[in-house]
Amino acid sequence: MAKTTSPVRKAWRSLAILGGIIVALVGVNLAGVLIPGAGGQWAPKLALDLEGGTQIILAPVVDGDTQVSQEQLNQAVSIIRQRIDSAGVSESEITTQGASNIVVSIPGQPDEQTLERIEASAKLEFRPVLLAGTPSTDSIGGTDSATPTPTPTPSVADTPAPAPTDASDVSQVTPALQTAYDAFDCSDIDSSKVAPADQPLVTCETDGSIKYILGPVEIDGADVSNAMSGVVSTSTGASTGQWAVNIDFNDQGAEEFGAVTARLIQLTSPRNQFGIVLDGRVISAPVAQAVITDGNAQITGNFDQETSKSLADQLKYGALPISFTVQSSDVISATLGSSQLQSGLIAGLIGLILVVIYSLIQYRTLGFVTVASLVVASVITYLLITFLSWREGYRLSLAGVAGLIVAIGITADSFIVYFERIRDELRDGRGLSGAVEAGWKRALRTIIASDTVNFLAAIVLFLVAIGNVRGFALTLGLTTIIDLIVVTLFTHPVLQLISKTRFFSEGHRLSGLDPRALGAVYRGRAEFRPPAVSTARTAASRGEAARRQTIAERKAAESAPTQDTRVPAGVDSGATGTSSTTATGTKTPGTKNTGTNSSSTKPTTGAKGGKR
Amino acid sequence: MASFSDFGNDLYTGKRSIDFISRRRVWFLISAIAVLIAIVVPILRGGFVLGIEFTGGSQFQISGVDTKDQTLAEDAVQSVVPEIVPRVTTVGSDGIRVQTDQLTDDDSTQVRLALASAYEVDQADVTESFIGPSWGQDISRQALFGLGVFLAAAFIFMALYFRTWKMSVAAMVALLHDLIITAGVYGIVGFEVTPAAVIGFLTILGYSLYDTVVVFDKIRENTMGGESSSGRTFVESVNLAVNQTLVRSINTSAVAILPIASILFIGAFVLGAGTLRDIALALFIGVLIGTYSTIFVAAPLYATLRQGESEIKKQSKRTLELRAKSVA
Repeated sequence: MAKTTSPVRKAWRSLAILGGIIVALVGVNLAGVLIPGAGGQWAPKLALDLEGGTQIILAPVVDGDTQVSQEQLNQAVSIIRQRIDSAGVSESEITTQGASNIVVSIPGQPDEQTLERIEASAKLEFRPVLLAGTPSTDSIGGTDSATPTPTPTPSVADTPAPAPTDASDVSQVTPALQTAYDAFDCSDIDSSKVAPADQPLVTCETDGSIKYILGPVEIDGADVSNAMSGVVSTSTGASTGQWAVNIDFNDQGAEEFGAVTARLIQLTSPRNQFGIVLDGRVISAPVAQAVITDGNAQITGNFDQETSKSLADQLKYGALPISFTVQSSDVISATLGSSQLQSGLIAGLIGLILVVIYSLIQYRTLGFVTVASLVVASVITYLLITFLSWREGYRLSLAGVAGLIVAIGITADSFIVYFERIRDELRDGRGLSGAVEAGWKRALRTIIASDTVNFLAAIVLFLVAIGNVRGFALTLGLTTIIDLIVVTLFTHPVLQLISKTRFFSEGHRLSGLDPRALGAVYRGRAEFRPPAVSTARTAASRGEAARRQTIAERKAAESAPTQDTRVPAGVDSGATGTSSTTATGTKTPGTKNTGTNSSSTKPTTGAKGGKR
Repeated sequence: MASFSDFGNDLYTGKRSIDFISRRRVWFLISAIAVLIAIVVPILRGGFVLGIEFTGGSQFQISGVDTKDQTLAEDAVQSVVPEIVPRVTTVGSDGIRVQTDQLTDDDSTQVRLALASAYEVDQADVTESFIGPSWGQDISRQALFGLGVFLAAAFIFMALYFRTWKMSVAAMVALLHDLIITAGVYGIVGFEVTPAAVIGFLTILGYSLYDTVVVFDKIRENTMGGESSSGRTFVESVNLAVNQTLVRSINTSAVAILPIASILFIGAFVLGAGTLRDIALALFIGVLIGTYSTIFVAAPLYATLRQGESEIKKQSKRTLELRAKSVA
């Protein structure tokens, strides 16, 4: 009896795990709702098309009459998209408007952080340091009169009399510039203004700790092709534990950077530094220690993992070809009226009811297991989406809703594959418990293989794609995992349990698992013909395909005199460790069995043979 | 439904068998014609109708409106260009934004006038500008790259799992077949290809491969142990597997198609054009074609690919000889 109770115990354990998962999901969401400031909620957030959101129009800031090219604009759109995507899967819409504007539409009310990420118009440039010092923090009354612009005051005719020999030439620091520098207050930097690239710039470190006069721009941020943070390793490959930022320049950048480092390395501090300027502020001012001509620079210094990553991100994503300023920010309504969502949901509901009716007709009582499994899948999906919408900024669009409705099909397929396998095993004459276990083993293999394909798609697209496609990938991956969870932790255990009930194990007409209706050969009370693995001596030499013989073949094989080695029923499910039959046959075999009277020693009925 | 379950039994036992594999030339011919139509007709019709998200278009901004009624804008646009479905959004407290496909100068002047009179505002309060595509080149490029990586990964996975690359080939051909035909229907019907439709295509891609893997797994099972012992030739084993999974194929596609069909019909006939219709059409056709191609393209193609292998040829011959002997 220990053997027969084990699947039941296993089933309850699986159901308990499932319950645990659901409770945990509810708990996490509950925590999100209850903890003040966590921002969780019970319903998933909706995407732009269903909920509306905020439309931000960005206008380019260009010096003088420079025209923004289409190429620059597209590049900027793609960088802004990356920035928004890096914050989560929000299905934002970014497009260009007119000749030079960028329109960013974000679902809902974007939080400060998101706004900052977009508005940080981020123009990145490299300038040599001419002068550096600590800003006077104790200036009294001086700040009010200080020139607010980071640019040299244009009113003073301050073009250095002798033309500067190079960008590091101190002759660029004219008395007027010096005055501006002395009076400059770090809080006055207006990052929406772009300093002329060919002029010196007075500015500060982002935290206001150091004040600089920088030379003209030598390398543009657009020449940075990549930036990454990492731990410095020695030439032997050992880690030093010191964090650094690695910058890759493109060809033009590499050439320029080589020239700059070659010059700076001969100079004395602070002129051997170059300032990396983002939106008018110095984010880093490393000292040039070597002439770097291959375009791969490494910035080391007082970094930890976080600050090095932040600098790398600024270098990588900050490299907008042009700088932008927010022109307007408005609340916009949903593009699809609420009628679309409503109709979509109604349509989905009707579809679901049809699915319920269909599975009840097809699988009778077993159809309820399908329906219950789908309900469990829906509950988990809802909770997970709500959780992701809170933590990852996931937004449900109409396309997403449609995707979830389609997922019903793929989820239900697992049950169908499983049920059909059980029926196949019943047809082979196994008892129900044995059929459930054996069918499960085969079905699970198929389910895992096919789900793996879907999961591969989800992972690859999530990692590689951007924009809407990424949202799709997340939905696909989510529903695939939920499919696996539900079929292993709900459908299978429930079947294990109900296969013990008399209603199912005796194959009630309405159970959907009636062996007689399935064409299994009835040999006695609760006992059906065993599969023809019969003789141990031949079984060993036979392959898997043989064990999978069709019933017609087996009948032929069994009735053949040489192979008539019928094994008592009950041996049948030994392979799966469950034995549902103990009594020997008391009734005469069904007509189907006795009717076969083939003289062949070899099974002859294959797919074609059946037609003969 | 007793007859349906009898049908399932008969298919399983081999009592009834539908000859999917040996009539493969017919199926291949049908598929080839369908693919050809799906390619040629849209080309003759002048290619796909791409949505504003891909091509960019015109945007009208109406300011100082008293009402937020979005249907006014739809009617106004359609009074000028009937076939256009504009995207109407309210902006801020008193603005309406109308986005349409790229209009000719003439039409756009007319639309401006119509919008101004519909919302009873001054003509100067309706501004027009061009908006770029929101589904930019970069999204398409990354999506295609991801697709390539995925197909390569799926190919390798299937080859390893089924232990034969021929199954991967057959599955990929079926997948291509599904995508071309689904896309072709869009081109033929003339529905606009929107991001929602593209997401629909991607879903189909997943479904098609998924369905093929399920049936191939049964084929793998039936042909695994070498056929000489099973008394069936290779082709017969493949055919039996398709027959044995036929009930599952019918049930699965029914369960998948029912919600989609209800979205499609409600979306198309009650709501008219829109995201729902776009995505549901792709899914509807895709699920049908995906199920069809597994049975009529992937499995027969796999049988064809393997049939020529000398080992299988030998075994088939032996099986047939044995059978002939036992009958005689």
